[in-house]
Amino acid sequence: MSQFVFDPTKVMDIDFTQRTQYLEGLEAIKAAHKVLKEIAFTPSLPDKGYTNRTLYVNVGTLEVKEKPVTQQMKDVFIGGRGFGLWHLWNAVKPTTRWNDPENEIIISPGPVAGITQYAGTGKSLVVSLSPQTDIPIDSNVGGYFGPLLKFSGFDALEIQGKSDRDLIVFIDGQKGIIRIEEAPEEPVDSHVLAEVLTHMYAENEADRVNISVVCTGAAAEHSLIGMLNFSWWDLRRGCIRLKQAGRGGIGTVFRNKRIRALVCRGPQVKGDLNHVADYETIAKTGVKYHKEIRENDPHQCMMRRNGTAHIVEIMDAYDLLPTHNFQYGSHPDTHKIDSQYWQSRCTQQTVDGCWYGCSMACAKGADGLEVKTGPYKGHTVTVDGPEYENAAGLGSNCGVFDPDYLLELNFYCDTYGICTITYGTLTAFVMECYQRGILNKERTGGLEMNWGNAEADLEMMHQMARGEGFGLIAGQGVKKMKEHFIKHGWGDPQLINDIGMENKGLEYSQYMSKESLAQQGGYALTNKGPQHDEAWLIFMDMVNKQIPTFEDKAEALYYFPLFRTWFGLNGFCKLPWNDVVPSDNAKQPEAHKIPEHVQNYVDIFSATTGIKIDKDELIVQSARVYNFQRIFNIRMGKGLRKDDHAPFRALGPVTTEEYLSRQERYDKQIADEMGLDPTAMSLEEKMAAHRKWRQGRYEQLTDAVYKRRGWTPNGVPTLERLKELGLDVFPEVVDVVKLHL
Amino acid sequence: MIHVNGDAMEWKEGLTVREVLVRRNFRFPLLIITVDGELVQPKAYETTTIPDAADVQVVHMMSGG
Repeated sequence: MSQFVFDPTKVMDIDFTQRTQYLEGLEAIKAAHKVLKEIAFTPSLPDKGYTNRTLYVNVGTLEVKEKPVTQQMKDVFIGGRGFGLWHLWNAVKPTTRWNDPENEIIISPGPVAGITQYAGTGKSLVVSLSPQTDIPIDSNVGGYFGPLLKFSGFDALEIQGKSDRDLIVFIDGQKGIIRIEEAPEEPVDSHVLAEVLTHMYAENEADRVNISVVCTGAAAEHSLIGMLNFSWWDLRRGCIRLKQAGRGGIGTVFRNKRIRALVCRGPQVKGDLNHVADYETIAKTGVKYHKEIRENDPHQCMMRRNGTAHIVEIMDAYDLLPTHNFQYGSHPDTHKIDSQYWQSRCTQQTVDGCWYGCSMACAKGADGLEVKTGPYKGHTVTVDGPEYENAAGLGSNCGVFDPDYLLELNFYCDTYGICTITYGTLTAFVMECYQRGILNKERTGGLEMNWGNAEADLEMMHQMARGEGFGLIAGQGVKKMKEHFIKHGWGDPQLINDIGMENKGLEYSQYMSKESLAQQGGYALTNKGPQHDEAWLIFMDMVNKQIPTFEDKAEALYYFPLFRTWFGLNGFCKLPWNDVVPSDNAKQPEAHKIPEHVQNYVDIFSATTGIKIDKDELIVQSARVYNFQRIFNIRMGKGLRKDDHAPFRALGPVTTEEYLSRQERYDKQIADEMGLDPTAMSLEEKMAAHRKWRQGRYEQLTDAVYKRRGWTPNGVPTLERLKELGLDVFPEVVDVVKLHL
Repeated sequence: MIHVNGDAMEWKEGLTVREVLVRRNFRFPLLIITVDGELVQPKAYETTTIPDAADVQVVHMMSGG
């Protein structure tokens, strides 16, 4: 039941090779580099997915060394997010904060990452202590850096220390050289910097595909919400493309360490650089999946045409598209930013994908964007996307339905190094505060932050990048803005706390959870904060009504966060799991888990590493890392029940307008679920009843989820659970738990 | 009267699966639909009629970024 059929005549005629060039002055920039440290290493390819080495770089002391990846690391932590968390655990103390030198940024792709036979295998996981949450953040990202790092010889890159000058760390996996260079004259913003560095470090035109740059932009220096861009060279367009490790402010940590960029030059990618244990199985599984994509995607989600933006109009139709700071779930202007529009606006005559061999190819380039504001005004640029989160966060949630402005917001988020999800949610909060008089023109320094005012929205972003004005305050994120507004007496503290959509200090991603109790848990009963990559249960819960009891919801909040954690241990993208399904999926038991795809993952892991697992062991692998991360949070002074509370906007209607917009639903719940008579109640009484009922249900859900996860009522993994998972072999982990039992 | 995902819906003679989807605005492309426990294939949405008092399950697969 696809929404519409692809019509090639509607695709805009845009030359996808035309854009502003930034290479003038490249030689002078390069000449200003000063080599601070250079060491040789022996490049090596993985064996069964692992190179068995971590590269440690201290940008403060300039220490560079190799560290062994032990068998225990592989057995317990697998790779990716697991390796990141383990390295970080060993690097920091409970008192360490994001801007201390001992904080690290770890990039690890995972054992499967880099195979080219299956879709979505180029992901890296980036882990650090977050400036927004003070606990570990993990952020997954495409682009070539992770796989090229591994094919250069390292399962992970561990960066520690703080420099007193701007640096580039260059890993040359062809020549076996690691070089730390002072880089005083580099451009700052990502779309320029990645382009310049790709040309600078490639030895010739053909070598550009072997280069990947990790960098951020100007806003990362002045905000807590900086993200990291991971580049790849787009051969067809002749330009760099960027994918983002967005959540939690890792770009801010990156610039705090004075790192300008990481550059990896890997070997030319070929079919089996992972030297897998059973190539035949991987090839066979890949062929089967590619056929499924080719045959089913055109009449399922059309990911190859639309990418994740295909759900913009679907979320709108189901009253789930966040609109005006998550107050409402749909808007009459959604058609202006739906997938039909993006399909016509994004270049369709070239295959897009952020790693080799991905037949889902959901990366979409919007070429020929003429920038209207800011330092790149008048430039013609290519911007990726928008993905669903960007269209919803920067668009509907802020009332911006002008697609060109939306693309420009997306472009500047990317090049300035700002997480689009975070920026969308914090701007929506600012706009609602402006609507309700908590903010005004005086308090915003003249910015008229009305719904849909894209020019003011962009100016706030430019201020963030320049480090001035209200942009500096907004760049601290929703949690700190709430504290700031309350401290200055700018509004009712309860209202400010209710409508500020953050949990643990991280902004919500772009789905409406207030009518789905399970999704409320899917957001707030998480390790890093409310990001949808743990569990997306809205359809199962709210639409299908498949999980009616607390125990049913708890089971879903046990299985899916663990299943999805596993992608981040191995270097998989989640999208190929569920954005296409086999033709006979409906006939399978537990069809909602897409069992054939789960088996594909089991087979690919086993065939890569030579370690035979089944679907149950897959969950156990994740549970080890998931519980370790929970204990890590506790070690850092968070990670308990008090930290899993959600703002009321995520649970139910805060304002009378919200209540009235869904009055029929809410009144029915008062009658059916609460046993009260809504006709005998005032609006205020009905809203108070809903608040009490919804908060009570959330607490009941929390109890059920903790129990299912093997945690105490305070959210602490029990010693029995640690023993089951084999985490009791780490005395320091057990000690953290014992302190809270 | 029929039930769709547990919610009551008015029934009429000749009501098809497709009409139920339209009435409920179920636009998501990845659905598993059963009528009284019997699976309905997508190609039969237009032609499958729903009897009175039927229990219709429209299971939406996972979505979300």
